[in-house]
Amino acid sequence: MVLLKMKFTQQRRVHLAQGLWLLSWLAVMCGAFVFCLGVYLKTELLRREEVMDNTEIHVVPNILMMVGLASVGTNWVASRVCQDSLEGSRFPRWKVLLLAWFVVAALLCCLLIAAVVLSYALQGHLEESLKVGLRNGIRFYKDTDVPGRCFQKETIDRLQMEFRCCGNNNFRDWFEVQWVSNRYLDFTSKEVKDRIRSNVDGRYLLDSVPFSCCNPASPRPCLQNHLTDNSAHYDYEYQSEELNLYNRGCRQALIDYYMGLMNSIGPGVLSVILIQMSVLLSLRYLQTAVEGAMALENPEDDSEGYLLEKGVKETFEEIKANVLSMLKFRQVDPTSTEESPEAANAKKVADNTKEKAGSSTPAS
Amino acid sequence: MPFMPVKFNLPKRVKLAQGLWMLYWFSVIVGILIFSLGIFFKIELRKRSEMMDNNESHLVPNLLILMGMLACGINTFGGKVCHDCLDPIKFTKWKPMLKMYLLLCCGFSMLLLLTALLCILMQFAVYLTLAEGLKNGIKFYKDTDTPGRCFMKRALDLTQIEFRCCGNNNFRDWFEVQWISNRYLDMSNDEVKDRVLSNVEGKYLMDSVPFSCCNPGSSRPCIQHHLTNNSAHYDYDLRTEELNIWMRGCREALFSYYSSMMNSIGALVFLADMAGLKYLSTALETMVDPENPECESKGWLLEKGIKETFTELLAKLKMLGKKTNQVEEGRDATVDTT
Repeated sequence: MVLLKMKFTQQRRVHLAQGLWLLSWLAVMCGAFVFCLGVYLKTELLRREEVMDNTEIHVVPNILMMVGLASVGTNWVASRVCQDSLEGSRFPRWKVLLLAWFVVAALLCCLLIAAVVLSYALQGHLEESLKVGLRNGIRFYKDTDVPGRCFQKETIDRLQMEFRCCGNNNFRDWFEVQWVSNRYLDFTSKEVKDRIRSNVDGRYLLDSVPFSCCNPASPRPCLQNHLTDNSAHYDYEYQSEELNLYNRGCRQALIDYYMGLMNSIGPGVLSVILIQMSVLLSLRYLQTAVEGAMALENPEDDSEGYLLEKGVKETFEEIKANVLSMLKFRQVDPTSTEESPEAANAKKVADNTKEKAGSSTPAS
Repeated sequence: MPFMPVKFNLPKRVKLAQGLWMLYWFSVIVGILIFSLGIFFKIELRKRSEMMDNNESHLVPNLLILMGMLACGINTFGGKVCHDCLDPIKFTKWKPMLKMYLLLCCGFSMLLLLTALLCILMQFAVYLTLAEGLKNGIKFYKDTDTPGRCFMKRALDLTQIEFRCCGNNNFRDWFEVQWISNRYLDMSNDEVKDRVLSNVEGKYLMDSVPFSCCNPGSSRPCIQHHLTNNSAHYDYDLRTEELNIWMRGCREALFSYYSSMMNSIGALVFLADMAGLKYLSTALETMVDPENPECESKGWLLEKGIKETFTELLAKLKMLGKKTNQVEEGRDATVDTT
């Protein structure tokens, strides 16, 4: 029981080859496009790598880049097959390669689907990574003299200004860390000494935020210091003052940004998967139709193209049997190695003749 | 005596026509590039128009857009003529228009040269507009409740952050204006009253700058207030402190940005112009076409020498003048007789 049989005249075969040639070049460009998307996503992730704790999320752009490159090569091969398919002399040399090609193309489609699924599934991991990274960034904000951390301040400041956010969850995160370095604190001053003694760890804690939390769209000049003290500023109420600082946390801002990026990449990748699948199916039809035509007495006659020679279940059983026999071939002990290659060859020849008989009988 | 004659046989003519056709299409692409550069420049001017007091002159970008469109049109026409010039039947319908077309091309090259010059010279106008606009911007920074000026604060803050600059010439410009609105000042406070009374105009002046002047690259949390008072902050000296706030003035920052843009656009247009003149001379050579398409022909730039062509042109103009006068006299005479 052949799967999805279709009749092909010579004219139709020629049209199929031409159409598939164009489609495979389109697929080559799509592969390049997927590669560029992967590079872009990776660059964006690398730009903010200082506030991320781990690189688990990098698996998505890595897959996209790999699949993009492989897809360019694979579809280029498909276009070559199309060019040779209408010449009886040049087509047979592709015969062996085509099975491997189908496996590779199916694998690429699966990898692309996996990339899309992972981009949503890893959102939780990204959030965790950002939480830890930002917490460390805020903690090491003051360490501008420690090698390896001296650019944390600039990184966090630029991040807060660019993404219009403040702190990890919100601006109160700055109240819990000492973000002014000890080198700029006057330890002889009473106020400083009081503040340091007022908490267990001996840290200089303030109810102030850095300048990068300031919102330029606020009508009022920025209030950074003594934020919880209503009497420190004229006409100021801590609970209702909304616009003066950014009220969004940086973790939420970055998550929204990256999810937006992956959401816009998603449809592009899905359409590339569709194009790759159509190339795969069309090439299978072309292969079976041309092979059927070549087996006829008059190659210009009508032939049949199909997806699978037997039904899906039967093909699975056959593949399973082949794999098992190959494994058994490996497990056979060395004494009978002289006979078993011949037996295996005989079996392969029998299979080939069965296939040829199967394809030639519908035509005759 | 033709000017710069070159012998042409059929294959050479075909090659010349093909080369010229490709050159015309390349020029169409250059025309599109000039058009898009004009649009880009216009958008950049619009983006910062608040810093220039909405007073900036859009002459240069408008001219670039016009030149780009004209270049596309002229070169497409030229390409079409080239495409047809090897076919005698098609070429005869273009033949009468060719001389005028080549004159038009010459004129267009002159215009392109003028545009390139304007691009480079208008920088001074941009500089002056920036100076005026920034001065007003700093003055109106506090007026976030005045309609028409309520976004000046945001625009100036974002400009200072993006271009890494502070004030008009430098940060001291902020010491001379009141940049905190009266709505946020406690007029009953003694300190505020002292400051307001301390100057003639009753302005609340401080030696502080807005937060957008802060440099994120400083190793120290930003010091914005009491900048001239060294004792107000621990281990602080205004003269040696360089990284705390941006030291550059916004006029200089914005001007260097715009001048580099205008210089590169002007250079590109000038190069396109030079390339255009070169292929124009080649175009003139193909103008001549013999009756018998297969035989050799001579191609030249000008039919007679340069001097003779000029005298001929002058004579033609004189005759044109005389003709119109004669026509008028003739008409007057007929009017008199009727």
